[in-house]
Amino acid sequence: MSNEMRSRSAGRDVAVIGVGMTKFGELWKKSMRDIFVEASLKAIENSGVDHIDSMYVGTMSGGLFVGQEHIGAVMADYLGAAPIPATRVESACASGGAAFRQAYFEVASGLSEIVLAGGVEKMTDGADVTDALATAADQEYEVYNGITFPGLYAMIARAYMHQYKASREQLAHVAVKNHKNGSMNPNAQFRSPITLEQAMKATMVADPLRLLDCSPVSDGGAAVIVCSLDYAKKLKRPYVKVVASAQTSDTIALHNRESLTALKCVSVAAEKAYKQSGLKPSDINFAEVHDCFTIAEIVVSEDLGFFERGKGGCAASDGMTSIGGKIPINTSGGLKSKGHPVGATGVAQIIELYEQLTGNSGERQVKNAKYGLAQNMGGSGASCVIHILEAV
Amino acid sequence: MIGIVGYGSYLPRYRIKVDVIAKQWGADPEAIKRGLMLYEKTVPGQDEDTITISVEAARYALQRARINPQKIGAVYIGSESHPYAVKPSATILIDALGIGPHVHVASYEFACKAGTEAMYVAYSLVKAGEMEYAMGIGADTSQGAPGDALEYSASAGGSAYIMGKENVIAEILFTNSYTSDTPDFWRREHEFYPRHAGRFTGEPAYFKHIYNAGKTLLEKSGMSPKDFQYAVFHMPNGKFPQEAGKKLGFTKEQMEVGWISPWMGNTYSGSSPTGLAAILDVAKPGDKIFMVSFGSGAGSDGFVYKVTNEIDNVRNLAPKLRDMLDNDKIYLDYGEYAKFRKKIILNE
Amino acid sequence: MISPRYHREVAQRYRLEAGKCKQCGNISFPPRLICPKCKSKTFETVKLSREGKILTFTIIRVGPDKFSKETPYLVAIIELNDGVRLTAQVADCNVDKVEIGAKVKMVFRKIQDEGKSGLHCYGYKAVLV
Repeated sequence: MSNEMRSRSAGRDVAVIGVGMTKFGELWKKSMRDIFVEASLKAIENSGVDHIDSMYVGTMSGGLFVGQEHIGAVMADYLGAAPIPATRVESACASGGAAFRQAYFEVASGLSEIVLAGGVEKMTDGADVTDALATAADQEYEVYNGITFPGLYAMIARAYMHQYKASREQLAHVAVKNHKNGSMNPNAQFRSPITLEQAMKATMVADPLRLLDCSPVSDGGAAVIVCSLDYAKKLKRPYVKVVASAQTSDTIALHNRESLTALKCVSVAAEKAYKQSGLKPSDINFAEVHDCFTIAEIVVSEDLGFFERGKGGCAASDGMTSIGGKIPINTSGGLKSKGHPVGATGVAQIIELYEQLTGNSGERQVKNAKYGLAQNMGGSGASCVIHILEAV
Repeated sequence: MIGIVGYGSYLPRYRIKVDVIAKQWGADPEAIKRGLMLYEKTVPGQDEDTITISVEAARYALQRARINPQKIGAVYIGSESHPYAVKPSATILIDALGIGPHVHVASYEFACKAGTEAMYVAYSLVKAGEMEYAMGIGADTSQGAPGDALEYSASAGGSAYIMGKENVIAEILFTNSYTSDTPDFWRREHEFYPRHAGRFTGEPAYFKHIYNAGKTLLEKSGMSPKDFQYAVFHMPNGKFPQEAGKKLGFTKEQMEVGWISPWMGNTYSGSSPTGLAAILDVAKPGDKIFMVSFGSGAGSDGFVYKVTNEIDNVRNLAPKLRDMLDNDKIYLDYGEYAKFRKKIILNE
Repeated sequence: MISPRYHREVAQRYRLEAGKCKQCGNISFPPRLICPKCKSKTFETVKLSREGKILTFTIIRVGPDKFSKETPYLVAIIELNDGVRLTAQVADCNVDKVEIGAKVKMVFRKIQDEGKSGLHCYGYKAVLV
């Protein structure tokens, strides 16, 4: 088994030609099926296609949240898309990104022309959310002993703060920035800005992470339509090109990682993605990263090569990652403010990339956006999916 | 020569003072302290129970015995707070310590004397030539009903004894038992708290059985109290053992080292076995120890030990009881105590 | 009913038994079928050291249901003296006084209960020394 990284792409060029998402939040009136179908119909309409050949549904756990498995079949049925192939893709919080990647393969390989990649999660139907999310960690050697998700990232935060002398304020600045961005996003769960003081004084969840350092529990769905670049050109609708798709895995348990202050799955995936696209970190104009917790954005920004090791902490507080800054991160509001319906997140990141690259982001617009990067991650960093999209 | 080859004790770090319990129920703390001679007691952590206490005590006993755990032929735990009503506590202990699977295991129950029962049976199996080594443990996380007199004393802790024939550190010279149907204290199946018969637990129960077992043991051994350097009795509080010992003819000085209940409380099956451990921590070769336990319902087990030269080789191989009793204590208030002891009704 | 799943982990959780790769010496805890370092498939059983130090930790203030009555409690990533790392609670400590680098030893404690009538589940925790 060779660990050589492949730098050739999967086949023919692939484009994203349409997107659609629901609002993220507590959607009491909508079921998991309603949410997925709403997002998918929006994406199909937005793309101008009249049919889809295949579909992928990213969702972490229909089973634990609403007692439903066989998600591919359920969604194909409710979308009125049967008998097309429909597959549920799971990689914990990276399910959406992984679903997008599968759709990318199917088009790039020539097997299908038009594929829908969607993600959905319905987290507010009364399931024990903490227990369900914890299934993304090592059940027997992490969760059995009492750790929670915030707890895992809190341990990373403490180790990072100890090693690089980062401060609580630096973490809080990430939350403030993302809420500011989210306030300009009509689909975001939280649309009011927060102050640094609010972030610093919020209820402690797992030291040192407080409530406002953590992404919320959300319902939501997002979908995109993917097709070959040639087909996209024929449709005469706005489209963007996929120039890199990379995925990695790492140890399931945080205690088995090489480093407690870096996320290797991200840096390895990033290296693959940059090699595939021939780009450098400095070529990326903006990024959607997986800020399940504020510390994650800080560490990931270093793993992506945007900042040196240990320097990611001041990125938000110094304004470097704000809209208009050196490398805007999470212009959508990120998981923090936009919401984190687990399976939908990875796809929603692609949507933000598409809107920015097609000049459609209104107040949140990044000027002259040519390359956008989406980084989606599962668990405490056991899986990572990265895509780079290009404006054409 | 047959007797103890390894011993170990474990006490949780948590404590609650008699004053705090008294304040909770509007009682006079000074009267309680005077009347019962109790000042504070041990409280088990939320993650501790008779099994975890037994495992740590047994681990220390193995450290002192320095034997291959696989050579132990039987493990008995005596307790009135076994975590399972059906599934012996020692089935978990043996897997935790690498003992067995070719081992006999059982749980013993006889209120506060279940520990000495386990010790007696373990000793008897070695004496009978059935096996090389056997372990008897007394451990408890006893419950006292809120506002009841027993709440001041019911505490947690335990001690483990490995019996064998080689490198004996305390030879067992004589044993006896004295039992009758005396309903002084009991717990019905499925009840959470035990019940007791008030003052009836004194004269007709505790004192009668300790005195008769003790007197018979002295006769059997042909010895008199002055032949002993140490004496230890079951300690339901600070006062009773001193009175019982005095009645049998022992002095305060002889009972001093083993008299740990004022700071430990009553660890029920762990009571006299832990007092014995405190004595073994300081006893000298040649010293003789007199021990009589008491379990409500009721009965007493008696033992006469003679310390050997080996004691000096093993004493320091594991933590001493007095260190555990006196140091690194964490004091609780009544609310924390009630939460730890599951006295608060939860919505389950 | 979690008996089989619980029973399988007893040697690891009670006795800290691990698998040492016969080829490269890497220790996997819990034991595995294939060595993550050298991909060899032959192992010998070893018992981990019971002493170590804290690499990082957190204080859980909002706990999952099973542990909700025990908050705040401290969970740490501990590196044992033989280099193996694991995740465990640190018991009996003042949660505000623990530091990275603190020395610990592993003890046997009850980790969780399976409700009111299910199994008592035991395992390892750490205590400060």
